[in-house]
Amino acid sequence: MSGYMEAQLIILCLSIIYAYGIFLPAASGQLNLGAAGFITLGAYASAWFNAGTGAELPMWLSIMLAMVFTGVIAFAISFPILRTRGVYMVLATFAFAEVVSGIAINLEFVGGASGFPVDDHADVTVIVPVTILVILFSFYFMSTRLGLALRSIHDDESVATLFGVNVRTAKVVAFTVGAMLMSLGGSLYGHHYNYIEAQTFNVLLSIYILLYVLMGGTQTAWGPLIGAAFFAIVPETLREIAESAGLKWLAEGRFMMFGAFIVLLMVFRPEGVMTRTLQNRLGSGLFRQKKVVSDDAGGGS
Amino acid sequence: MSDHLLEISGMHKSFGGLKVIDDVSFDVRRSSRTALIGPNGAGKTTIFNLLTGVYEIDAGTISVDGEDITDVPAQDRVTVGMSRSFQNIRLMPHLSTVENVMLGQHARARNLGNLMFPLGMMPRNNWRTAAEEALERAGVGTYPGEVVANLPYGVQKRIEVVRAMVSEPKLLLLDEPAAGLNKTETNQLQALLENVSDQGVTILVVEHDMQFVRDLCDHIVVLNFGRKIFEGTPEEVHQDPAVLEAYLGTDDDTAEAADVS
Ligand SMILES: Nc1ncnc2c1ncn2[C@@H]1O[C@H](COP(=O)(O)OP(=O)(O)OP(=O)(O)O)[C@@H](O)[C@H]1O
Ligand SMILES: [Mg+2]
Repeated sequence: MSGYMEAQLIILCLSIIYAYGIFLPAASGQLNLGAAGFITLGAYASAWFNAGTGAELPMWLSIMLAMVFTGVIAFAISFPILRTRGVYMVLATFAFAEVVSGIAINLEFVGGASGFPVDDHADVTVIVPVTILVILFSFYFMSTRLGLALRSIHDDESVATLFGVNVRTAKVVAFTVGAMLMSLGGSLYGHHYNYIEAQTFNVLLSIYILLYVLMGGTQTAWGPLIGAAFFAIVPETLREIAESAGLKWLAEGRFMMFGAFIVLLMVFRPEGVMTRTLQNRLGSGLFRQKKVVSDDAGGGS
Repeated sequence: MSDHLLEISGMHKSFGGLKVIDDVSFDVRRSSRTALIGPNGAGKTTIFNLLTGVYEIDAGTISVDGEDITDVPAQDRVTVGMSRSFQNIRLMPHLSTVENVMLGQHARARNLGNLMFPLGMMPRNNWRTAAEEALERAGVGTYPGEVVANLPYGVQKRIEVVRAMVSEPKLLLLDEPAAGLNKTETNQLQALLENVSDQGVTILVVEHDMQFVRDLCDHIVVLNFGRKIFEGTPEEVHQDPAVLEAYLGTDDDTAEAADVS
């Protein structure tokens, strides 16, 4: 694999991990614009456990401790944040990320504004398998009864409550587990590039990740995968085509085209590329549903 | 063990200044099939909402199986043994039929092991099989994997009933389950409910279809403007002047005419 391809693959993997971290809460209807905050926590905490404490913990342990650390913080803030809904939750999570960033820039023992070098290196042979694990975990998580409860909350919170779903707990779990995944992604980012700066994890990153998830679709676990892959691959491919064919207008206009494409996607597939219905349609070719022939099951009046 | 499964006493509810439920008391006998009827806006759905904890009661008490549940939060009332269907379909539009029914099982599966069990990855597991069988018994076993949003009204209506049934309630609350069903579907629903009732489940049903009520129920409570105006057997209800005046009219044709909502 060429160095360029490998670099692209790393970006794709990190994007996928981040996207699943936002997807888990989004599946229950939560709009989380705080991705950068959790990524920052993971990146800094793991770097610090790895080299800053004097204990020199191994990388894998540092990453796991960082996940626990981020999980505890996410759990604590989930209670006030989950009182908010819709656009207010977007604002609350955004504000959280800004606070984290502000703190990281001002903490001298993790380098402050000049950034923080990270010791141990994670290369593609670490990042790809971890990404696959994250994907498998997310598919499993959404297939559980808890996942069913989260999807029910997304559709109708009060009916879910009446059937015994503890809505608050389910949302807290989704928010916290999602934050831990983003922490994992952030740690891997730090260990791959071996240098972190709080300014890298800004609101633009949070917006992109939320976009991957909403564009990909929040109804099935395929959504984040499709969304992240699409966003990571299409602009790059357009650039390559433009370069190799010498099309200057394409090289310059590709972001505009991409933007227009996003608008079209929102118009024609407001629930994301991959919806539950589409999954059924694709799946029914592979696994035929049992059809019981019965005459009276037809339409009501 | 009391003879009454559900006891409602002195129930009051106002919205703004409007008294919607005004000092309603009645009991539902264990294993009975009781109907709650009355004209549009009488407060029938509101009583269901108070029973299931969607609204807080202003005054009065509710007890199920001798236990006062007036202050039990909504999410725990299903574990007390109450489950309901909705007048306006409230299925989860993005879930498949069988997933909607599995949501109905939630109250019986709230421990960690069950919550983390991958229902969706195991094509054959007890929960899914039970849900599919329940659908089959209700005559809607044709669509287990389909997203409910695209199914015909009459089918969705019956899936609602199945979802309520699979929580295995002692008391099944059904809000106009036959509305919008054709004759065949209504008969099928009735057979299903008789079967459930034979297994000892108590049924409280709101319904405008008086034929259905007479065929299914052994006891009737009539509500008008938030007050209970009558309680008795299906035979008696047709003789009561107040009920005839308020709801049924002087002959059955007018009762059918009230069946539009
Ligand atoms: N959340 C609410 N806020 C304000 N008023 C309400 C609310 N819910 C119900 N009402 C009012 O309470 C009254 C009773 O409504 P309810 O839905 O219980 O009637 P119903 O007997 O079920 O009628 P229908 O046969 O039409 O279903 C109506 O006047 C209705 O407008
Ligand atoms: Mg009603």
